[in-house]
Amino acid sequence: MKTLIYTSGLGIVCMLAEMLNLRKVVVPLAVVGLLAIFGLNITGWGLNEGSFNNMVMTDNFGTAFSGLLLFLGALLLMLSSNFYKNEDSRIADYVCIIIFTLAGAIALSTYGNMAMLFMGLEVMSISLYILAGSRKRDIRSNEAAMKYFLMGSFASGVLLFGIALIYGETASFDLQAIANYVSTTQTTMMFNIGVGMILVAMLFKVSAVPFHFWAPDVYEGSPMLITALMSTVAKIAAFAAFYRLFTSCFLIAIPTYAWVLTAVAALTITVGNFTALNQDSFKRLLAFSGISHAGYMMLAIVSMYGKTDNAIFYYAVAYGISSVAAFAIAIVVAKNVGNEKIDGFNGLGKSKPFLAAALTIAILSMAGIPPFAGFFGKYYIFSEAIKTGHIGLTVVAVINSIVGVYYYFKVILAMYTKDSSESVISISPAYTFVIILCTLLTILIGIYPTALANLL
Amino acid sequence: MLLLGVLFFPLIAAVLVYLSGNRHAGKVALGLALVELAASALLLNSYNNADALNISFLAPWIDNPHINFHIAVDGLSLLMVLLTTFLVPIIILSNISKTVDNARSLYALVLLMQFALIGVFVSMDAFLYYIFWEVALIPIYFIALLWGEGQDKPFRNRAIFKFFVYTLAGSLFMLLAFIYLYQYADGFGVNELYGLGLSDKEQLFVFLGIFIAFAVKIPVFPFHTWQPDTYKEAPTIGTMLLAGIMLKMGLYSLLRWLLPVVPHGVAIATPYVIILCVVGIIYGSIIAIRQGDVKRLLAYSSFAHVGLIAAGTFALTNEGLQGAVVQMLAHGVNVVGLFFAAEIILRRTGTLEIAQLGGIRNVAPKFATCFMIIVLASVALPTTNAFIGEFLLLYGAYQYNTYLGAVAGLTIILGAVYMLRMYQKTMLGETNALTADFADLTISELLVFVPLIVAIFVFGVYPKPLMDLAQPALDTILNFAVR
Repeated sequence: MKTLIYTSGLGIVCMLAEMLNLRKVVVPLAVVGLLAIFGLNITGWGLNEGSFNNMVMTDNFGTAFSGLLLFLGALLLMLSSNFYKNEDSRIADYVCIIIFTLAGAIALSTYGNMAMLFMGLEVMSISLYILAGSRKRDIRSNEAAMKYFLMGSFASGVLLFGIALIYGETASFDLQAIANYVSTTQTTMMFNIGVGMILVAMLFKVSAVPFHFWAPDVYEGSPMLITALMSTVAKIAAFAAFYRLFTSCFLIAIPTYAWVLTAVAALTITVGNFTALNQDSFKRLLAFSGISHAGYMMLAIVSMYGKTDNAIFYYAVAYGISSVAAFAIAIVVAKNVGNEKIDGFNGLGKSKPFLAAALTIAILSMAGIPPFAGFFGKYYIFSEAIKTGHIGLTVVAVINSIVGVYYYFKVILAMYTKDSSESVISISPAYTFVIILCTLLTILIGIYPTALANLL
Repeated sequence: MLLLGVLFFPLIAAVLVYLSGNRHAGKVALGLALVELAASALLLNSYNNADALNISFLAPWIDNPHINFHIAVDGLSLLMVLLTTFLVPIIILSNISKTVDNARSLYALVLLMQFALIGVFVSMDAFLYYIFWEVALIPIYFIALLWGEGQDKPFRNRAIFKFFVYTLAGSLFMLLAFIYLYQYADGFGVNELYGLGLSDKEQLFVFLGIFIAFAVKIPVFPFHTWQPDTYKEAPTIGTMLLAGIMLKMGLYSLLRWLLPVVPHGVAIATPYVIILCVVGIIYGSIIAIRQGDVKRLLAYSSFAHVGLIAAGTFALTNEGLQGAVVQMLAHGVNVVGLFFAAEIILRRTGTLEIAQLGGIRNVAPKFATCFMIIVLASVALPTTNAFIGEFLLLYGAYQYNTYLGAVAGLTIILGAVYMLRMYQKTMLGETNALTADFADLTISELLVFVPLIVAIFVFGVYPKPLMDLAQPALDTILNFAVR
């Protein structure tokens, strides 16, 4: 609860900084603020209490995900000062909207009430609509914002409709009350339809197939930093919300939708991967690979009655830090080369061995190759799925991991086997710091996963 | 503790080599690899004295799932470790006189590879083993990709990539199988996985998952298609690592992680697997006869030889397993020698086309003699190491099935055909413009051949120490595998 309030407060402080003409300090201020909130968030560990009539829950699941989101948010903010250099006059606006995105994301991982779920989702989404269009002279950025807004508001409508139906059946917005109702009363068709509509909205937000069509265009059109924000913070928060909602009160509906979830998971992984094969833009490749990663996390949703919160959290950590590293490097390279194609990485192994090595590690981690973090992420997800008997689905996921290697290695091949004519690539200290930190974490968490894997 | 040292020293050495700079990287790497060889000799000593503290180490690593950092050596593991530590300095020495770009990265990767290989051989926890198995793939991928010799770059990229995807695909199914086993065993250790007593159907599925991984790596027909192109395109140093040691990973793993774990699955699948192996032996041999390129010929011959090792292993007799162990070591030694001879020819003449060579013996008698000895060893002439191995393997195959044994025996005849024909066409006859000024071996090249030739004869005449060392481990494996 405190985490959410302080994060919102930090957003307002940043807005004031704009008014007081403190643009130079706004990024450091925001980063320090987020890290302080991160520390404060940890002090809530072990508590299990609700605030404001259980609107916001302070429990380990929420604390862990909030911590991860704050950490990723701080890393991305460190990248922002350089990223928005040309639009210095508005930097404070962007920073405060990014922080509001985080506030929404934290609400999504700690809510205890349907109303809060909806508010969190909207705060996060509306912030992202604005950020997607933050390169306002770039027509593709505008297109991305528009597309995201139209599709996103449609999904929000479906979500509201679903919540209304659930309310009609259970006469409550409170997750605990709904859970009590469901466990004591025979549910009707209305409940199942309501769950189905909420499911659709959730699948939309995590960009699962067949509700994924917005994602590649939006990811490609948005500024790279915002793409990173969407594919890490927003996606992880949506998964946290998804998981919390279904484990706390809709577990009973899982058998009804089991085949839907299974099919969606299989399709998401497969479509994401196979579409990524043909991309020549690195950003689009990451977008499609992000879709397939959502599919892997869906595996944890499919097998959630086996309590898979550890698996999904570990996967989210591994995916989050590898993605931030990959995006940071992509921003550096794209800025120097002037486009976001994979060809831009040609010869990076010679010209910037450090960047190439870091990107290689991030990519190997995303491809799930030991000893990096992503490998254990996949391992935990697969082992939960096998435990709950989804062997066929796991085999599909494994085959897709191999397909994934194919497009990930296109980047590695470009870096190490092709020559480039590009001049020297310059990199600022903030980027170096973020890249080194993410790389080290990818290795450390991979070698010693116990610390995170049994957290929840 | 000594074992920990033997495992992690190559990792430290890799860092040191990388820091030592490009000029001295080769020499530093060689020195450190020799230190590692000495350490592994000490390990042999500890093993003979049954010094439990030095030959095993166990520490909890991950709580959930229960994974222990459990490393230990028995006779079988120890032999594989010794093979690795014996070959790596030779492989480094074979490359040392060659100027390579970015040498420090190359040698660091070679030592990193040694680290992962030793890890594979000493892990007694399936999960730890799996991690080393995968980690071994990364250095060899980069060695083959970045220092490869093929002129056609896109083709090389494709070939090496195919190798990577094939092996990774196989391994992932192995991982699934291990996860499946974990549900019943509640641990990944050898003690937990051996003799689990699953139903026949489950065992068969687990068998298939694990076998695919090994079949790709060994390789067993029809999973071998990555092999010839990869051997051809990789630099010789990479080919030596692949053929000399990395293939043995697959064969060793058959013994350690497949036969004793799912004996009933093995029993059901054995007839088909042995037929595949024998098909591979004949197919590889016949294609080898038709090859015009020395390196490709050696690749197919290697494919045929490991097919025989796999067939003998699946016969599941004591002789078959003994033969497999002896022949794994022999093949490792011989194939490194053969690829080094090919490398020398390539360095001097710039080609490996058999048709363009000839008459080298007239100008380079020392080289011709060394090459001859290794060729004869690889066609299993008595008194050479491969004779003992192939004899035991064929004996094992006969015990399993007389007809299959007879067909597998053709490998010796066909092997003699293509190896001697290759030797004859490249080394004998009249010199031509390419080979007329073929320089004889330098000291450092001779230093590569000498230990290999010594090993060929010593273990060809007196293989007993090897067999004695492996016997207790093989007894345990047979005990679990024949049920």
